[in-house]
Amino acid sequence: MNVEQPTHFAFDESSEAEINKTIAHYPAGKQASAVIPLLYVVQRQMGRATGSAWVPKVAMDVVAERLSMPPIRVYEVATFYFMFNMKPIGRHHLQLCGTTPCMLRGSDDVARACRDAAGIGVGQTSADGMFTLTEVECLGACVNAPVLQVDDDYFEDLDYNRTVALIEVLKRGEKPNPGSSIGRRASAPEGGPLTLLDAWLDVGGQG
Amino acid sequence: MALHDRDRIFTNLYGLQEWQLPAAQRRGNWDGTGTILGKGRDWIIEEMKNSGLRGRGGAGFPTGLKWSFMPKQASERPHYLVVNADESEPGTCKDRDIIRHDPHALIEGCLIAGFAMGAHAGYIYIRGEYYNESRVLEAAIEEAYAAGLLGANASGSGWGFDLHVHRGAGAYICGEETALIESLEGKKGMPRLKPPFPAAVGLYGCPTTVNNVETIAVVPTILRRGAGWFAQFGRPKNSGTKIFCIQGHVNTPCNVEEEMSIPLRELIERHAGGVRGGWDNLLCVIPGGSSTPLLPKHICDDVLMDFDALREHRSALGTAGVIVMDKSTDIVRAIARLSKFYKHESCGQCTPCREGMGWVSRMMERMVEGRADISEIDVLEDVTRRIEGHTICALADGGVWPVQGLIRHFRPVMEERIAAYKAARALPMAAE
Repeated sequence: MNVEQPTHFAFDESSEAEINKTIAHYPAGKQASAVIPLLYVVQRQMGRATGSAWVPKVAMDVVAERLSMPPIRVYEVATFYFMFNMKPIGRHHLQLCGTTPCMLRGSDDVARACRDAAGIGVGQTSADGMFTLTEVECLGACVNAPVLQVDDDYFEDLDYNRTVALIEVLKRGEKPNPGSSIGRRASAPEGGPLTLLDAWLDVGGQG
Repeated sequence: MALHDRDRIFTNLYGLQEWQLPAAQRRGNWDGTGTILGKGRDWIIEEMKNSGLRGRGGAGFPTGLKWSFMPKQASERPHYLVVNADESEPGTCKDRDIIRHDPHALIEGCLIAGFAMGAHAGYIYIRGEYYNESRVLEAAIEEAYAAGLLGANASGSGWGFDLHVHRGAGAYICGEETALIESLEGKKGMPRLKPPFPAAVGLYGCPTTVNNVETIAVVPTILRRGAGWFAQFGRPKNSGTKIFCIQGHVNTPCNVEEEMSIPLRELIERHAGGVRGGWDNLLCVIPGGSSTPLLPKHICDDVLMDFDALREHRSALGTAGVIVMDKSTDIVRAIARLSKFYKHESCGQCTPCREGMGWVSRMMERMVEGRADISEIDVLEDVTRRIEGHTICALADGGVWPVQGLIRHFRPVMEERIAAYKAARALPMAAE
């Protein structure tokens, strides 16, 4: 990990509250189960505190101590799972799905729009620290392809222009509306649902 | 004859109504749950067997039978229900809709399934990317506790049941049940050798059953309406209703719950607006998520969407993620992108997968360009056979099947590509 590492990390108040809730989900003595949740807590706190949601080494050591695990076990987990950023990233993490279902619906155009509007290629962070672009594997929203995940939110049914518009909204510091960019209702077909139209559904139960 | 709305289990699939408890109860969720539990563990398992429900996560194992593998007698080792919500098979996005729009169907199913296998605790392992969905699920679970539906005396049954949500962190392999268990224990998601099977030694070394979200979420409705009601849909041994994810080169991609054994063409034309440019513009379909070998158009013309029909054509129903490709598709590139996916997602534990997925992916990149020799198509096919069946889990099998399907049905396209590459490089020489 060839990045500048902070020398100190401590959980803040909001993180501590989350940790207590999290560890309670697992049986006594099985607190190692909380390692992924705690790494999320770290990443989120780093995002709040520094504007860059990543997991520094010193924080992994703090997690290890909290869960009574050898530090190497925490490093193993943090590096095995793709969602933990092992180096600083931009304020917004653009996660572009490029797997076949999105590819068939134009993810190449979404990638081009990210390059043009955010000024970065895959794996790069913009000079102003605003964006990092990562190509990810299938996000599991394939009937709304192509999909771009920005931080926690999915933006769906994108094309070149709508992706550029989305990035412009982020640049202005505004919060864009997640979901379908063409106004579809979730996974229903464009133009409106063809099923689940029976009037009884509004009032009744299931048989 | 298409499925009638009154026979759809997921009546809020599109989120047209609220997911919250009052709306869910109006839709029939949590209706008489305590009474169902009162009929006892054996009755529930027998009813599930009679319904013919087969696992909806891809493998299609009979659900009732799987539950019956759990030890009958309680011991000092607790039993666990684990729900696989790590939905990551490319082409699959059905569990997401259940979780965000019908979470109470899943939660009620967890209580019933947990009770039937003697479990007082359940964990729902949800893929990390589904952050917003996990928040809905957690809120719905809180509602269920507050209403006494979960907890010490769940739904007034006298049975104690606690339900927890655990987020993964971006690893396809954690959809494999033993890798999921490893991950839930706080380790890298590397599959375990079987046996022992999870029903004997699972989470924390205790008896565990891992079921897919859709499998669990259909349970309450099956038990309310009866095994016979569910079994009437689809062909024998392929019973029930199923959520299909229809995507790719169709006019209106969507998720829809339909009857099993519906003809593929009817599914696409009735629900997804047909193939872009018309049925005759169809090139091929991947019928059940990325791991299932593609079917060229002539098979798609009349194939039924169920376990047995698709297996007859050397493919599979898998997760029922239907990826449609029209004639504009670069089919070699489409499959090569899947090879890249499996290379990326290999956990690295078994050599044939760790090395093989990378080798296959690099070979497929050359095939996209045509930068290969025609004899290398046979080498590629041969290598996939040496990978298949030689690893702890099925990731590598799922990784090579799409390539085998490509070679089986589109070998001439690969050969043309290679010939064109050679010809393009031969021309300048000839001109000199």
